[in-house]
Amino acid sequence: MIFSFISPMFPGHQTPLSPVGPQARHIEHNLLLIFSITSIVYVIVIAVLAYGVVRNHAREGFVPHTLVEDPEIERKATWIVGAALGLTIILLLVMMVSSFYTSHSTAVLAQAQAIKIDVYGHQWWWEVEYPINEQPYRMVRTANEIHVPVGAVVTIHATSRDVIHSFWAPNIHGKKDLLPGYENDLTIQVDQPGTWRGQCAEFCGLQHAHMAFDIVAQSREDFDRWYEQQLSPAPEPASSQAIHGREVFLTHACVMCHTIRGTTAGATVGPDLTHLASRSMIAAGTLKNTRGNLAGWISNAQSIKPGVRMPPNPMPSSDLNDLLAYLETLR
Amino acid sequence: MSEQRAALIEQTISTAEEAERARNLERIWAEPKGFIGWFKAVHHTTIGKRYMVTAFAFFLAGGLLAGAMRLQLAFPESHLMSPDLYNQIFTMHGSIMMFLFAVPMMFEALAVYFVPLMVGTRNIAFPRLNAFSYYLFLFGGLMLFAFFFVNSGPDRGWFAYVPLSGPDYGAGKRADIWAQLITFTEVSALAVAVEVIVTVFKLRAPGMSLNRIPIFVWGQVVVAFMVIFAMPGVVVSSTMLLLDRTASTQFFNPAVGGDVLLFQHLFWWFGHPEVYIIFLPGTAIVSTIVATFSRRHVFGYMALVLSLIATGFVAFGLWVHHMFATGIPQMSEAFFTAASMMIAIPAGAQIFCWLATIVTGKPVLKTPMWWVLGFFFVFIIGGMTGIFVASVPVDLQVHDTYFVVAHFHYVLIGGAVFPLFGAFAYWFPKITGRMLSERIGMWSFWLFTIGFNITFFPMHILGLRGMPRRVYTYPADAGWTVLNQIQSCGYLLLFAGVSLFLWNVWTSLRRGEAAPPNPWQAGGLEWATDSPPRAYNFLNLPTVNGSEALWDALPDQPVISGLHEDVREIVTTRIHDAEPDGRDELPEPSIWPFIAAVVTTALFIGSIFRPIAVSIGAIPLAIALIGWFWPTREESERRRRRDIWQKS
Repeated sequence: MIFSFISPMFPGHQTPLSPVGPQARHIEHNLLLIFSITSIVYVIVIAVLAYGVVRNHAREGFVPHTLVEDPEIERKATWIVGAALGLTIILLLVMMVSSFYTSHSTAVLAQAQAIKIDVYGHQWWWEVEYPINEQPYRMVRTANEIHVPVGAVVTIHATSRDVIHSFWAPNIHGKKDLLPGYENDLTIQVDQPGTWRGQCAEFCGLQHAHMAFDIVAQSREDFDRWYEQQLSPAPEPASSQAIHGREVFLTHACVMCHTIRGTTAGATVGPDLTHLASRSMIAAGTLKNTRGNLAGWISNAQSIKPGVRMPPNPMPSSDLNDLLAYLETLR
Repeated sequence: MSEQRAALIEQTISTAEEAERARNLERIWAEPKGFIGWFKAVHHTTIGKRYMVTAFAFFLAGGLLAGAMRLQLAFPESHLMSPDLYNQIFTMHGSIMMFLFAVPMMFEALAVYFVPLMVGTRNIAFPRLNAFSYYLFLFGGLMLFAFFFVNSGPDRGWFAYVPLSGPDYGAGKRADIWAQLITFTEVSALAVAVEVIVTVFKLRAPGMSLNRIPIFVWGQVVVAFMVIFAMPGVVVSSTMLLLDRTASTQFFNPAVGGDVLLFQHLFWWFGHPEVYIIFLPGTAIVSTIVATFSRRHVFGYMALVLSLIATGFVAFGLWVHHMFATGIPQMSEAFFTAASMMIAIPAGAQIFCWLATIVTGKPVLKTPMWWVLGFFFVFIIGGMTGIFVASVPVDLQVHDTYFVVAHFHYVLIGGAVFPLFGAFAYWFPKITGRMLSERIGMWSFWLFTIGFNITFFPMHILGLRGMPRRVYTYPADAGWTVLNQIQSCGYLLLFAGVSLFLWNVWTSLRRGEAAPPNPWQAGGLEWATDSPPRAYNFLNLPTVNGSEALWDALPDQPVISGLHEDVREIVTTRIHDAEPDGRDELPEPSIWPFIAAVVTTALFIGSIFRPIAVSIGAIPLAIALIGWFWPTREESERRRRRDIWQKS
């Protein structure tokens, strides 16, 4: 393709011009077609303008008298303008048909066998549910990290729990709004293993900037292994530190908002933490999931993500250390 | 055109009799003097100038807020500003630029000042309404800033989507203040729309039939109609929002059957035509400047007028392209894609006509023309990226990213601000009687143009690299830092360009060369009177023989005589052929529009806090309106006599 020089200028895990799925690839082609047509037209228009100005412009100050229009030239100009307009209409039709074709191509994935994933937007994180085969006991709930098998068709079934958000992982597909009171489907397919970043694209309040998620595409086996692991409840802590950490969790404010399956914590205000340690990021793509970041987040999330619903949790450092030790067991 | 011909309808005072008439007209039409007199003024040039200065001041304020955003975004994960402050600032920037600068400047200010001059009459229709509309606009803007400075600036975006702006998620009074700002500006825009339509349809100079109306005036008429049809959408949506918030209605609450998308449909029904309300006056300016500086009639007058009208219609068929990601059916997506692409046809037709004018003309490269050349260079990029966002699949990728930010700044700055600076350079002599400095003008043009492109071009790339809009910060490892820093540097050049323009205005006002009535040898009627125009606009009301009144004037082009010059009398003409069909008297200066505006302001602001303020405020408002319309005996008498004369 003649465009092959453009896409390398847009590397990364959050760009529409490094597509890793069929939809993003179709859209990229459509985008580059429009880009080429409009660029050529632009160059021609500016060239004509420059020609007219450079050739004709008055060199000796102001021309006091107006020109008398020559009917012959006027007629010629009318033809040229008419032809240019006709060409414009044809080019617009080309771009329109290519858009319709692209819309159609992005919508024809076989949805019947699709893996269904429910995504709920929250201020400012993503709740993710896998109601696979609609077997309630096989349902997995996680947050901000969506695992999919490479090459599989996946339908994201999206709505919002509060305000409007928009689900956008540009390497994979265009965006889809999450609207309270509406349910939207977005069918995707990821062809390349890896982690692809997405971000909320509809202004949703104070922390709209920190509302990201990852789509982790992995082989079918890795996906199944991950799924089985997510199904299990939290492991019993082994060390005394971790056991005390669980006590800290269950006796502090944490339990008011979070779930850890296998314990009595079952609130659904914030993300499910049953397998927190298996996730690579915390706070909706804001921080890497390291012990230090987690400590800072728990102590005072407000300093990291001002306005977030998570309150500051002052506690003695021994308690915090034990809590962290416990959270690190939640693989 | 020959010099002698134009001299006939140019307003030179040569005989003693003319000097006597001029003195008399001056006495009748002069604005009241003194401090109180300032608030009584009703002449369109006075109000138009106030609109210009006020809207430009808001432009500068909005520009400074943009600088604050550029400072915050120059560094990743910056803690310079809290997200709360940033959200207020970007909301203020958008709301100010759209509601307090772009529409009031491109439509209200330019139309109020120039349309009556260009159609050759002595004042705008409904001059008191005009004064009222200005005060409302001013007070609405001041209210916004007052609340911003007490940390209550709107923070939900200039679009204020529900439910984020609704009662459940928008605490405090911030969203109510936004909704009432809309009310202020929409009332003033609607008032001016009515005045412009009536002025153009009834007060044109005899001979200015529909096919001879200057294109600038055509543009403003189309915009006036668009205002009348578009504004109700935002009137309804912002009122419903306000009711949800203050009177506990549930229009937008999905939990009880309300609908969040309803707000978006209503808002964009207004919001998309709004873009063309801002842009069409820009194209109308371009048509005017291109003709004057190419030294010929504009090529394709009819095509240009029809393009304006077509744009006005099609503009109402595109609103859903702001909502492609909301999950609307594919069929309607296709419809709105087609409509969005269709609007490129009239835009293309206009561009080709201007090119033909330039190529077949003899372009004179003065600053107004340079701004128009800058307009071509910049605006067409914005038009081209418009095709990207019209295409549903591409829009799904670039929607709500910096690509769109780049797109609409190229469209709005390219399509409105470049022509606007061209218009300032072009009409400054007419408004002030002084010429602007060409040398400083060129410096500010180049600084602005280069600065603009450095600031906004990288945003295209940033959007295609995945940076969403309306984020107060971004991760350091996203690969967006350098581009953001380049943009922030570009802002400094933009800032310098605008500052230089202000310096140019300041020095030219004090020491500029005095402007003759028609410094550019242009063809419009506004150049047929002194610079600046007298309080009565024209000593002899002109008649018109072509689309460029001065260029096309006959050797013995007649002027109107026989009007009563001891009262504010004007001639009215028929809509299509502009044959005289009567005379009418325009009202005198009055303090009541100002009082009515103060009362209305109190009512609007009060209703933010208590809905009952609407009912209570209606009482003093009624009193103000009675004062406003109170007739005098002599005036009624004259009107009766005039009616008898006109029927016979």
